[in-house]
Amino acid sequence: MSDVSLFTATRRSLLTLAAAAAITLPGIVSADDPLKVGFVYVGPVGDHGWTYRHDIGRQAIEAEFGDKVETTFVESVPEGADAERVIRRLASSGHGLIFTTSFGYMNPTVKVAKQFPDVKFEHATGYKRADNVSTYSARFYEGRAVIGTMAGMMTKTNTIGYIASFPIPEVVRGINAFSIAMRKVNPDAEIKVIWVNTWYDPGKEADAAKTLIDQGADIITQHTDSPAPLQVAEERGVLGFGQASDMSAFAPQAQLTSIIDDWDPYYIERTQAVLDGTWESVDTWRGIDSGMVGFPEYGPNVPDDVKAAAELVREGIVDGTLHPFDGPINNQMGEQIVAAGERLDDGVLLGMDYYVEGVQGSLPK
Amino acid sequence: MNGESSMFVLIALTVITAATPLVFAAIGELVTERSGVLNLGVEGMMLTGAVFSFLCIHVTGNAFLSLLVGIFAGMVMALLFGFLTLTLQASQVATGLALTIFGTGVSALVGQSLIGVAYEGLPKIAIPVLSELPTVGPLLFQHDALVYLSWLLVPAVAIFLKRTRPGLVLRSVGDSHDAAHALGYRVVRVRYIATLFGGGCSGLAGAYLSMAYAPMWVENMSAGRGWIALALVVFAVWQPGWVLFGAYLFGGITILQLHGQGIGINVPSQLMSMLPYLTTIVVLVLISLDQGRVRRNAPAAIGQVFRPTT
Amino acid sequence: MIQLKKRANPSVLMGYLAPVIALGMTLVAGFLLFAVLGVPIGEAFKAYFIEPVSDLYGLAELGVKAAPLIMIAAALSLGFRAGIWNIGAEGQLILGGICGGAVALAFYEVEAFYVLPLMCLAGIAGGMAWAAIPALLRTTVNANEILTSLMLTYVASLLLSFLVHGPLRDPDGFNFPESRLFHDAATLPLVLSGTRLHIGAPIAILVALLAWVLLSRTLLGFALRVNGDAPKAARHTGFGQGQLVWFSLLFTGAMAGLAGLFEVAGPIGQLNPVISPGYGFTAIIVAFLGRLHPVGVVFAGLVMALSYLGGENAQIALNMPLAVTGVFQGMLLFFLLAADVLIHYRIVFGQERRA
Repeated sequence: MSDVSLFTATRRSLLTLAAAAAITLPGIVSADDPLKVGFVYVGPVGDHGWTYRHDIGRQAIEAEFGDKVETTFVESVPEGADAERVIRRLASSGHGLIFTTSFGYMNPTVKVAKQFPDVKFEHATGYKRADNVSTYSARFYEGRAVIGTMAGMMTKTNTIGYIASFPIPEVVRGINAFSIAMRKVNPDAEIKVIWVNTWYDPGKEADAAKTLIDQGADIITQHTDSPAPLQVAEERGVLGFGQASDMSAFAPQAQLTSIIDDWDPYYIERTQAVLDGTWESVDTWRGIDSGMVGFPEYGPNVPDDVKAAAELVREGIVDGTLHPFDGPINNQMGEQIVAAGERLDDGVLLGMDYYVEGVQGSLPK
Repeated sequence: MNGESSMFVLIALTVITAATPLVFAAIGELVTERSGVLNLGVEGMMLTGAVFSFLCIHVTGNAFLSLLVGIFAGMVMALLFGFLTLTLQASQVATGLALTIFGTGVSALVGQSLIGVAYEGLPKIAIPVLSELPTVGPLLFQHDALVYLSWLLVPAVAIFLKRTRPGLVLRSVGDSHDAAHALGYRVVRVRYIATLFGGGCSGLAGAYLSMAYAPMWVENMSAGRGWIALALVVFAVWQPGWVLFGAYLFGGITILQLHGQGIGINVPSQLMSMLPYLTTIVVLVLISLDQGRVRRNAPAAIGQVFRPTT
Repeated sequence: MIQLKKRANPSVLMGYLAPVIALGMTLVAGFLLFAVLGVPIGEAFKAYFIEPVSDLYGLAELGVKAAPLIMIAAALSLGFRAGIWNIGAEGQLILGGICGGAVALAFYEVEAFYVLPLMCLAGIAGGMAWAAIPALLRTTVNANEILTSLMLTYVASLLLSFLVHGPLRDPDGFNFPESRLFHDAATLPLVLSGTRLHIGAPIAILVALLAWVLLSRTLLGFALRVNGDAPKAARHTGFGQGQLVWFSLLFTGAMAGLAGLFEVAGPIGQLNPVISPGYGFTAIIVAFLGRLHPVGVVFAGLVMALSYLGGENAQIALNMPLAVTGVFQGMLLFFLLAADVLIHYRIVFGQERRA
């Protein structure tokens, strides 16, 4: 996918006052000084989900490079007007590499990057790049294909409960990848989706899990942060999948496996590149093969044939023989939208806004 | 469990869990407000109760002790609020909001080591014989201790306010502190006690979140429930029984809209999620039509600073 | 025991000294907090109070952050004086952002001078419309505005979420939840180029002055003040209770709506799922910190804004977790609020207890 041209507003001003003085450039950093790496987080480090995993990645940088780096993070930065100031302050206080870890930071990141050409920026999950702005994201949908396969084989009620956060392409893509994989092994299985309109609210996530179980789901999966749905699954004697971390501590019996966000290798690699002076603007979208999407040990309730099937999907994705969005793919009406032998490209996946066959309900347009 | 009635029971069980923290926080705040004190710091007190009770269960494994610790944590926060607003006479509205900022920070600080710690949740207590009854048994007699406590607390508070002398004193302090003062009641002391009771209840509501509803600690896990509890007190027109109704109505609509999504109702989820808030407004409008009731129950001196003239 | 002795008259001196004393006490308490956490105290205070505003950009950011707080708090303080509890300014702000932003998107093809004024009008109208609901319900069926305005805030934020996930999202934005970026004609002029300080900041000061004149120099202001102390007496001023409710809510709604529009047309430049970090709620604290006086609100807004900037900077400069900055901010507010007791009372230590 080609870079999207940037629309940057040149603002009128009533007073032109020492524009040059207003922009302070970062101090010249000598070779011996540690590289300062900054992180901007959308949630608190203690969310046990998305932000928590990014912070594990930050700690990995510290462990890897010791006193060659210094890391800084700012938590719970709202995705409105505040983000630009925080990013800018990181840039102006001598940080050489800045990770902005939520989609809503895209425009502020790009804007600040223009003012600080010597600072390297890494924006997670966005699509706007510049000479000093890279984007990165993980192909979590590959993990969804693996767990979709497992769910399709293991469901007895043919109903999977899916707790979703917000109707953005990332989440819709995960639901579809899950459904396609599930339908391959079990054409009768269906997914019920409940949107909770929050990334984390343990109580509400638990309510949604109970609702789905009451409606007949015997496997729960989630695209929200907290272990609450898995806890409910454990209590109610159904099965489920973890999110972002290994959540087996919360559901030793119920967790079949989990999709782990592992940013450590990428963060280390990019930090190394800045240290070596080889950093370039790239668009990274990695999956299972690189380890960015990982899995813990299977839970005690996964039968051997399911393990084998899951491994097959995983290996197929890694060696490229299998793609979660290989045709034939049908839409919800049962009409074919991707023919056999074809494969959806990254551009379509990036903006995905429709459901495929096997998902109940409809997406707002 | 099969059939229509058991689906009703299942939904009701989810509603009960969702409503219980609201019941605790709202009934406590109701008592506080009836004494004339408006404490907007419910959210902050809930979070402190949640984190300290979870810390205690993690360290000691004693559920009863942990609940007490949660109550105590909420009371300490309420004491701070009381000192600022009752002794130093700072603005109640602003101090309550600041208490929420403070409590959010304190809970996050204390909870740093508790992320990822698991706890299986408060045990369910089946009442012998009664819990065996069809429908009624699972609906009413197979809950954790706190659900039963919430059901006892509401009538207890109602009787206290309406039928006891201390309750009468508390209400008169809330209606007119000057008149109560003239009658020789110790306005500030009564308000301290009512504020502490509110804090304890909020702390217990928080403990319910981290020990029963979703047994874990994550930052900000109350997710705005303290604000809903505040709204429910107004909704209930400061009457305890209506707090229970309001909390179950709010919880009920929330769960029903989840069920609506599950069965595939074709309405955007954001609009479905508005339903509990809109319903609360509509029902409040209906309740407000009976102006006599509002006048009889609303504490006239709410939020006002008591400055003894002598 | 600490005893409070009422002063015969409120102390003018303490009116000015109280915030200074509060700051001093915050320093002492902060010293303890930071000592426990092992943070060097000097650096902590430098990071918190000085560094954020040590350059022109930082000062401009203080204005960016304080402007919506001041604008909303100045309006809120009128209503709070009158005993009208609009705590849903956040929702009114969001509606202002939605309506003003929708105009910007509707005129996406038009780069004309009238777009921005039209957006401002739409923002004001949106905020007023949202505030009109609690006003209507209060004046017709006497439904308590605390509940209605708060509930409508949740509805507003879900409405915004629905719109940016659907109808208003950027058609070229890969279906991500945000609108197109507004073009130049739909973006606020800057006061200080090279920074983000936009005309919302001077307008916020004007709003505060307007509110002050209104409150202290007009019959309406007199009626509002009387209504807070003795609602029955307010009738003799010629204004009915209903009129005061309508005025307070609509005025706050208008200002919150305009503040919301300024956020989306200023520092954000588009519609996002989140356009405010809770300005409508924080403004309530600001109103009281400013002692419900529109001019006091200006200073309170600046202090509050600084405490947020300081919190961010302390995380960056000292690796201090957000939790600590929250605790510290809470303490600062407690001291500021509590110190006002000195205006009306002298503190006496020991003896003379009375039942």
